[in-house]
Amino acid sequence: MHLTALPVLLPFFGAVFVLIPWFNNHVAQQRLVAQLFLIASLVVSVVLLTQTLADGAQAYAMGDWEAPFGIFLIADPLAGFMLVLASVLALASHLYACGGDDQTGKFFHPLFLFQLMGINGAFLTADAFNLFVFFEILLIASYSLLIHGGGKERTRAAQQYVLYNLIGSAFFLIALAVLYRAYGTLNIPDMAARSAMLSEESVPLAEAGGLLLMIVFGIKAALLPLHFWLPRTYSSTSIPVAALFAIMTKIGVYSLWRIHGTVFGDEAGTVADLGKDALLWLSGGTVVIGSVGVLASQSLRWLIANLIIVSVGTLLMTVAMGTVVATAAGIYYTLHSTLMSGAFFLVAGLLMMQRGQAGDRLVRSRPLHYPRITGVLFAVVAMAMIGLPPFSGFTGKIFVLQAALKSGDAYWVWPLMLISGLVAMIALSRAGTTLFWRTQGKIPQDAEYRVSSLHIAAASLLVAMSVALVVFAGPLTEWSLRAAQDLQIGISVQQLNGGVSK
Amino acid sequence: MELIYSITVGVMVTCSIFLMLRGHTFSIVLGLTLMSYAVNLFLFASGGLALHKPAILADGAAYADPLPQALVLTAIVIGFAMTAFALILAIRARADLGNDNVDGRVEVGDTLVNKEQNGSMRQHPEPSAGGKLK
Repeated sequence: MHLTALPVLLPFFGAVFVLIPWFNNHVAQQRLVAQLFLIASLVVSVVLLTQTLADGAQAYAMGDWEAPFGIFLIADPLAGFMLVLASVLALASHLYACGGDDQTGKFFHPLFLFQLMGINGAFLTADAFNLFVFFEILLIASYSLLIHGGGKERTRAAQQYVLYNLIGSAFFLIALAVLYRAYGTLNIPDMAARSAMLSEESVPLAEAGGLLLMIVFGIKAALLPLHFWLPRTYSSTSIPVAALFAIMTKIGVYSLWRIHGTVFGDEAGTVADLGKDALLWLSGGTVVIGSVGVLASQSLRWLIANLIIVSVGTLLMTVAMGTVVATAAGIYYTLHSTLMSGAFFLVAGLLMMQRGQAGDRLVRSRPLHYPRITGVLFAVVAMAMIGLPPFSGFTGKIFVLQAALKSGDAYWVWPLMLISGLVAMIALSRAGTTLFWRTQGKIPQDAEYRVSSLHIAAASLLVAMSVALVVFAGPLTEWSLRAAQDLQIGISVQQLNGGVSK
Repeated sequence: MELIYSITVGVMVTCSIFLMLRGHTFSIVLGLTLMSYAVNLFLFASGGLALHKPAILADGAAYADPLPQALVLTAIVIGFAMTAFALILAIRARADLGNDNVDGRVEVGDTLVNKEQNGSMRQHPEPSAGGKLK
């Protein structure tokens, strides 16, 4: 079936289509077409997820070359989850961008679709070098999106982000070269199969390559000593782009699951559980440093960026635990934290538009024009981020805590998670109080508000996901367990050539 | 041959790291370029170095591993595009921020300051309102 390739192809064709010069003067049509392509890729992703949950993983041979020579796309339930997540997030952020942010520069829509293409490709690919290629696609799109609209702050942030990621890409290539020397293949299922029977001189090479890859994915995921790019990048870019970027860190986590969970997994012989000890410490440290950043933040977007670091730390703790239940908890938590971070950025955008000069800085400012709707959205998303019932943060955290208890890591995971939750609560209640209640003066009569129904609809859509995640927590838990099991079992090369595997 | 090859790669990586540790965008871009050359050579060597082997199948003879060659080709193309982008961005940042430091600030005495705050030091005009790209 060609369905597996569609999540990559649809955004690609969409991007090329909206590049037609005619669209430059027809903004409404351009928005509509881009939106249609996003909806189409959401539909395809949902179909793909349901199919993989029903029938197991689907493999797609690009150009019909046999494994392990050809490049494969594999849609397993985990990839399906991430595809749906990316599509929902992209749809909502794009809807928000249609409220006016897409007009601050050219080529917003093609770049946005190319970004989604890279993200979807990174989730689907079964080849380590192809993963690099998709990383570069999503990176070059993200560089351009980041700087979209211009301005000093963005240029400065983009410069650091771009240079940093270019160095990361060089590391990625070195790691791939080393791994190719050790394994003789870059097909991930094939590598996983060969891990257990590495020759003695290949083991140090495989270890070096694996650890280098961990650094690369650590850069993407914002792991402790590599996370410094994140707050400035996320807080300086435009709101819809920041919301879409909420998934970027999760791509790093996903790649750790995909490569380190299988190639360097439990059954990998001498290279089993590579770097897991380091990951234990660093993930815990990420939560701590993120929490410190949360307390120190002076503006709302900076605060959200630090909350993202905390959530990434939590996710990496589940990676470090490494059990099936922990991975399942991680998958659910990924869904929650990505959607909520995106939603939080959109809500911050609503606030910024109403606060005039004060923007998102946590200072006394004029009252809001739409306090009710903004307040409700802020309250819901803040409670979800902290992990208070009845929203998705609560179920997500419970799931992770239970997984920690089962894998015997509760003694370090529990304090970190509970204290970081408390810190988030302190910081967010302080921020909320300042933003909504510590007001001065009156709303100026002549103030222009750019808040449109599109903005509110987009923010509400993502915030509502928090409720949906709780309502469907039962089936979602079951499916994420299924996805984690499938990841653990893996796929063999023979199954790849068979097309569909069970 | 392996020795010369690895020394070459090593020297290039050393130089690139030295350049990248400097705080100015131009030297970092140069460092990145050197780094990508070194990485390409390294990738090329990952299939094993061999002399006088055909690149493509020929008369049943043992042939060189074709995959690293394909990888290097892809890496060259991507590296080229990325370097071009980084270079343009560095020029843009030089114009926007008024200096070529990576964090957009320069040393005055012992402290780092935002140069653009000091009007007399800025040499380039602001981008037009709203920062629209032309």
